[in-house]
Amino acid sequence: MIVADKKPIEEIIEQVKDKKTVLVLGCNECVTVCEAGGKKEVGILASALRMYFLNQGQEIKIDEVTLERQCDHEYLEEIRDVIDRYDAVVSIACGVGVQFMAEKYHSTPIFPGVNTCFLGVTEERGLWTERCQACGSCILATTGGICPVSRCAKRLLNGPCGGSTGGKCEISKEVDCAWQLIVDRLKALDKMDDFETIAPVKDWSTDRAGGPRKVNREDVQP
Amino acid sequence: MNLKTPSKLEKILAAGHLAVTSECGPPRGSDPEVITRKAEMIKDHVDAINITDNQTSVTRMCSLAACIRLKLMGLEPVLQMVTRDRNRIALQSDILGAAAFDIHNILCLSGDHLSFGDCAQGQNVHDLDSMQLIQTVRHMRDEGKFLGGDDIKRPPQMFVGAAANPFADPFEIRVPRLAKKIAAGVEFVQTQCIYNLDKFEEWMKLARDRGLHEKVYILAGMTPMKNAGMARYMKNRVPGMDVPDELVKRLADTPKEKQADEGIKICIEAIQRLKEIEGVAGFHIMAIEWEQKVPEIVEAAGLYPRPQID
Amino acid sequence: MRLQYPTDIRIIRVPCTGKVDVLHILHAFEKGADGVYVVGCMEGDCHYNSGNLRARKRVEQAAIILDTIGIGGQRAQMYNLASSDGPLFAKYAAEMDTRIREMGPNPIKLAQKNAA
Repeated sequence: MIVADKKPIEEIIEQVKDKKTVLVLGCNECVTVCEAGGKKEVGILASALRMYFLNQGQEIKIDEVTLERQCDHEYLEEIRDVIDRYDAVVSIACGVGVQFMAEKYHSTPIFPGVNTCFLGVTEERGLWTERCQACGSCILATTGGICPVSRCAKRLLNGPCGGSTGGKCEISKEVDCAWQLIVDRLKALDKMDDFETIAPVKDWSTDRAGGPRKVNREDVQP
Repeated sequence: MNLKTPSKLEKILAAGHLAVTSECGPPRGSDPEVITRKAEMIKDHVDAINITDNQTSVTRMCSLAACIRLKLMGLEPVLQMVTRDRNRIALQSDILGAAAFDIHNILCLSGDHLSFGDCAQGQNVHDLDSMQLIQTVRHMRDEGKFLGGDDIKRPPQMFVGAAANPFADPFEIRVPRLAKKIAAGVEFVQTQCIYNLDKFEEWMKLARDRGLHEKVYILAGMTPMKNAGMARYMKNRVPGMDVPDELVKRLADTPKEKQADEGIKICIEAIQRLKEIEGVAGFHIMAIEWEQKVPEIVEAAGLYPRPQID
Repeated sequence: MRLQYPTDIRIIRVPCTGKVDVLHILHAFEKGADGVYVVGCMEGDCHYNSGNLRARKRVEQAAIILDTIGIGGQRAQMYNLASSDGPLFAKYAAEMDTRIREMGPNPIKLAQKNAA
């Protein structure tokens, strides 16, 4: 899923302080699972904003809506009838949702209410960790299913570096060495011979380096 | 003697001499004297001098400019180059720049992570890794081509080196990783600072079992300890460093004013022992901000005078 | 026991304090409560293992938000006591009552009055 983290309320207050009517817009997908932008977080943020502005003597109407998704036209269309009632929207979907809102509702200011962090997993409740950087050209088949692009701090394709200590990365004892994990997996799979195959220079043009990306599937287009 | 480059370091190693290299860290400023002064101290006692490349990710004068300073003094530089800060355009371009000054040795590294240095908020590059940089230099030199496939006019002639850390984890891939670097085209390696001699010997034995010592020149990395505090710091704080307790204790049990001498003594003893190990082709003495001690170490270890090669 | 405790406290019963959410606490303040305290079982005695521990974290979270928006985090508090401990229940009620009286009314109430 796309993992996001809450923005400080102060930052959101700063964004909307000059508005009269604000919609706090949540998303039922990834950000709900990572407890940053679902219906509950919409309620908490809206309540906090209402109390803050009331206490400041400012009359700002703050409403709450949570959509099924903010990355699909059909769900964003659900607020078309009401969008003109708002001076601004605080979207607490990921950056994708914020942008798709901005594209669709061209004249309404849309502010981000979360920081979009990475593609990751719920390791345990309240702990989300990165697994993928969407490089656009997956190499997991050769690395025992563990991704050095997203999980090695130096994204070494031929690791580990000389800083791997006791299974941990040189940047922090809190971070697993991706290459230790890869070696452990290759051993478990009886594939250690693969370790000595040199990963060639990677084509990063499918990564962010190649500019904005798209997947264009004519076979499924109407 | 089948030499591949005009490198003096390569000539010395190929002739079967134990090579001695050392390193100078460039200054955090533009004063060239810092480099030339350090080089003056050690130039008669070493065969080549590494110039570090923004080590520990702290911004310094660039390695290439400092190498050129050494060249102007008639010395033999080893250009250290990390993949952290340069994409493949910059790497190839800097290699050509170095070649334009007839710098004939390069050490291919990934580099310490950015978070250790003075620009922890910066973006790191890591377009290639050290393994791929080795391949790239060899490709440029041997094929005379850029990574993009075009011909290089006057290709670089560089003796290609890399680092090897026998002490990092997981230990079982440390020799396979050396083999991998050899397959990538590395011709000499300089190891991480060696304090745990037993473990180094074990690593060397495993390397010899695969005949790797005949495919690459292994220069043992040595760093003298200035005091017990440094030993403790290296043991506890530097990733991938293996400092045995006995060594820390030996320094700690020495009176404070004698600890520096003891550190030098430990270093010399280590060199004496490692000289006898089959496959050790020389020494890389990294006397961090203590370059004036290099001549003493080299002499006491019986590595002086240095062979004269033209 | 016929213990006395302040009369201006409204008790809302929940099956377990684990049911109490940050949102409930914030809404109480939005509706004009001067203070909210949650009384759970003793830590380690939760019938559902961690309901009271979760409640404590949520109260703490609400307190941070209340501080941020200028209402005052001190107005929210978590207490633990054994169900048989009437005197302690009365003591906590008095303690909270005193604290809130010192802090004064929830500023939201005044703001709402002014806005009306």
